[in-house]
Amino acid sequence: MKTALRMTTTAIALLALAGATHAEGVLNIYNWGDYTSPELIKKFEAANDVKVTITDYDSNDTALAKVRAGGHGFDIVVPSANYVPIWVKEGLLLESRPDQMENFKNVDPRWVDVPWDPGRHYSVPWQWGVTGIGVNSKVYGGDINTSAIFLDPPAELVGKINVAPEMNDVLFATIKYFGGEWCTGDRELLKKVRDKVVEAKTKWLAMDYSVTEKLPAGDYSAVYYWNGAIMRSRLANPDIKFGYPKEGYPIFMDSVAILKDAANVENAKLFMNFIMDPENAALISSFAKYANGIKGSEQFMPEDMKTAPELVVPAEFEKAGEFLKSCSPETVDLYSRIWTELQK
Amino acid sequence: MARKRAFDLRNQTGFATVAMFTFFMLYLPMAALVVYAFNAGNSMAIWEGVSLRWFYSAASNERVQDAALRSVIIAACAASVASIAATMAAIATTRTKPYPGLTFKYAFINQPLMVPEIVTAVALLIVFSRIKVWTGYSGIGYLIAAHSAFCIPFAYLPIRARLENMNLTLEQAAADLYATPWLVFRRITLPLLRPGIIAGFMLAFVISLDDVVITEFVKSGGQDTLPTYMLGQLRRATTPEVNAIATVFLLFSVLLVTAFFFINRRKA
Amino acid sequence: MTSAQDVAQQIERRDIRNRWLLSAPALVIIFLAAIGPLLVMVAYSFMVKGDYGDVRFGEFSLDGWFSVLFWRDIFDDTIGLADAHLSILWRSIRLSFITTALTLAFGFPTAYFIATRPPSTREVWVFLITIPFWTNLLIRTFAMQEVVRNEGILNSLMIWSGIVDQPVQIMYTDAAILFGMVYVYLPLMVLPLYASMEKLDFRLVEAGYDLYATRARVLWRIIIPLVRPGVIAGSILVFIPSLGAYVIPRVLGGGKNMMLGNLIELQFGAGRNWPLGAAMSITVMLIVMLALLVYVRNATRSGVQHG
Repeated sequence: MKTALRMTTTAIALLALAGATHAEGVLNIYNWGDYTSPELIKKFEAANDVKVTITDYDSNDTALAKVRAGGHGFDIVVPSANYVPIWVKEGLLLESRPDQMENFKNVDPRWVDVPWDPGRHYSVPWQWGVTGIGVNSKVYGGDINTSAIFLDPPAELVGKINVAPEMNDVLFATIKYFGGEWCTGDRELLKKVRDKVVEAKTKWLAMDYSVTEKLPAGDYSAVYYWNGAIMRSRLANPDIKFGYPKEGYPIFMDSVAILKDAANVENAKLFMNFIMDPENAALISSFAKYANGIKGSEQFMPEDMKTAPELVVPAEFEKAGEFLKSCSPETVDLYSRIWTELQK
Repeated sequence: MARKRAFDLRNQTGFATVAMFTFFMLYLPMAALVVYAFNAGNSMAIWEGVSLRWFYSAASNERVQDAALRSVIIAACAASVASIAATMAAIATTRTKPYPGLTFKYAFINQPLMVPEIVTAVALLIVFSRIKVWTGYSGIGYLIAAHSAFCIPFAYLPIRARLENMNLTLEQAAADLYATPWLVFRRITLPLLRPGIIAGFMLAFVISLDDVVITEFVKSGGQDTLPTYMLGQLRRATTPEVNAIATVFLLFSVLLVTAFFFINRRKA
Repeated sequence: MTSAQDVAQQIERRDIRNRWLLSAPALVIIFLAAIGPLLVMVAYSFMVKGDYGDVRFGEFSLDGWFSVLFWRDIFDDTIGLADAHLSILWRSIRLSFITTALTLAFGFPTAYFIATRPPSTREVWVFLITIPFWTNLLIRTFAMQEVVRNEGILNSLMIWSGIVDQPVQIMYTDAAILFGMVYVYLPLMVLPLYASMEKLDFRLVEAGYDLYATRARVLWRIIIPLVRPGVIAGSILVFIPSLGAYVIPRVLGGGKNMMLGNLIELQFGAGRNWPLGAAMSITVMLIVMLALLVYVRNATRSGVQHG
């Protein structure tokens, strides 16, 4: 009891200390975990005399639920492409007009008129990537530019495959595998999709996030996962090869946007403009190993990223990539039931 | 062997062996954890030689330190609140004949145990964020309140188990000698109850340190705890930096135990 | 009514009032930060689900509750039992039950060992039990991976000692989940057991031996009945949290098979069906609460007979 009391007093004293540090300018960023380059933040803080706090989330839905509930205290959020329209529709984002900002000229034209934010009135590119195939070439030497690697795996890979535990990415690849369109409600096709994933799952080892350790270590011989993580695996083990599923693979982009109830709008705008500078954008990419959408940032990136097969999409596979758009609620309901059945 | 004559009544065959095995198994993963904290490579699974780089990296990573400190503060506060409230509640609900509301209290106090964390988390998000908007206060107090609530059953059950095994004779004797209820509590109940309270406090502390889901939903800007910080990293790679932090934590707690041991010895 | 009875009644009434006051802080905290918000969830379970999570406030619907047990077939719209939900429930109960039994099997001797150490060192042993748990659940789960991986400590040990000559796949199986849950929930069993054993009157054990009882009989007839409250508390603390375990099945089980915690999480996450998630968790809560009351009532009654 006494120990308990003593600990409480100490804790309260520490609390008072922790609360004492308050800078003039503040910016509260709410971003995916381990996604924000500390160097970038230090540079921004020094340039603008602003104290930045970073808080992490681990899923789009968590972030959405928290911000919608209010009272969160964040200024900036980084939702994925398929979520941006939801954020806009729910009235959570400020129309901050980044397209009128000074550094907007640096944004690669490919990422300006995007379907989720035409003309970029709300958001600026943060990073983008694809979900693709990573295979240990020592174990399997055949064609890896196909979803068959995890949907109809060759004998060498059976029981050694890891698939990202992401409903959208997995169902996207499977629907495309059968020639369907993303967000389809076609029952015939979805039945095939369901049967295929249920059957394929028996040949998988795991549906897990720890690819960067286990793929190079040999726990997995093949993965269906995000390119940045597979690139990191290759850097640890040169036997890892990357493949773009020719049947179709999902592209994701996370974009920076300002919240409507942000308390520090001016600082947030400064930050938006700041990250559209090629040198700063390069910092983002060097840290997280995904491409950004800023022209000219390549020259500031480390050598190994400029030529990485995971980041530079070969021309023949460019067409197969497609953005994961947000489906109708009825379709989401169907998909999540297939997903539940898969995991029972 | 002279085992039969010298045998200690308290020994149960094989119990000590099982206990030692349990301790061994408890510390085996810890050993792996500490070893990989010294890994020169980037991974928790591939050994690439000895280095202190992750300790340096943790020492210069303000976010991690911040998060670790915040975790400990919240855990200490929540465990204190929870064990005090739980002790009072345990005294109120044991060693009595059934009275109206007893079962109700029991169910009420154990309720946080019975709901999956995510549900409490979403529910708290909805309610607390309204309060945050109304009051304008969005400090660490919400986290402490939320943690205290789910820590109470973890503190309550061991304390209650301890109390149920204590009979009222001593307390009644003291009361017969005109000791005030407070004195009886201070001098008799509390010392007897001490192991239960320590067990309860420890459980509450550990449970609070572990919590991810509720914290994730209740935290405001800049309030990451170590678990939520790591949850964010789960999708990418976790580096041995977290091993380094855990190693420092371990060292810290071992020092604490040693100090505790010596203080106790001096008292004895 | 005689006045003596009046006085007795008055004393009793005062006692009960004091007992309510004493429990008030715990009740208030739990009401504010657990039960109160949960009432909101109860309300949510009766509403129409929102398009992107959340609910449409104020629109009444029983869909959430209906979907707990039944669902429309994805392909031909016939209504059937939601067997995925049931099999996930059954799996969770089975794994939690085994976890409880295993933690008891290891925790009981350990708690007994600690309780029979000299008084001055007991608290140190208790600390030793909890120290590994000062590092948070995620780190511990990662550390567990190092033990159960194919190139991990356990497999290396088994190969080195010649028990097997090929690594055994433990990682990503139910065995790994069990391993992790036993590891993580062990102190929740040991500490309550210890708290009630520490009080054990060893004169009774001595008396048992004097009467030529065997060790097993002493254990079964004297020790276990006396520490029953500890066993009950420990089992509750292990069983219920493992039922809702989320992180361990996700990391050690490889996320291929859900447990209840993951299923409910899905509804609040990518599944975007909050009313269903709310209804599911209320169902689980009611089942657990009912089972708990029956269990505690029975256990206490038979405990009285023994003690």
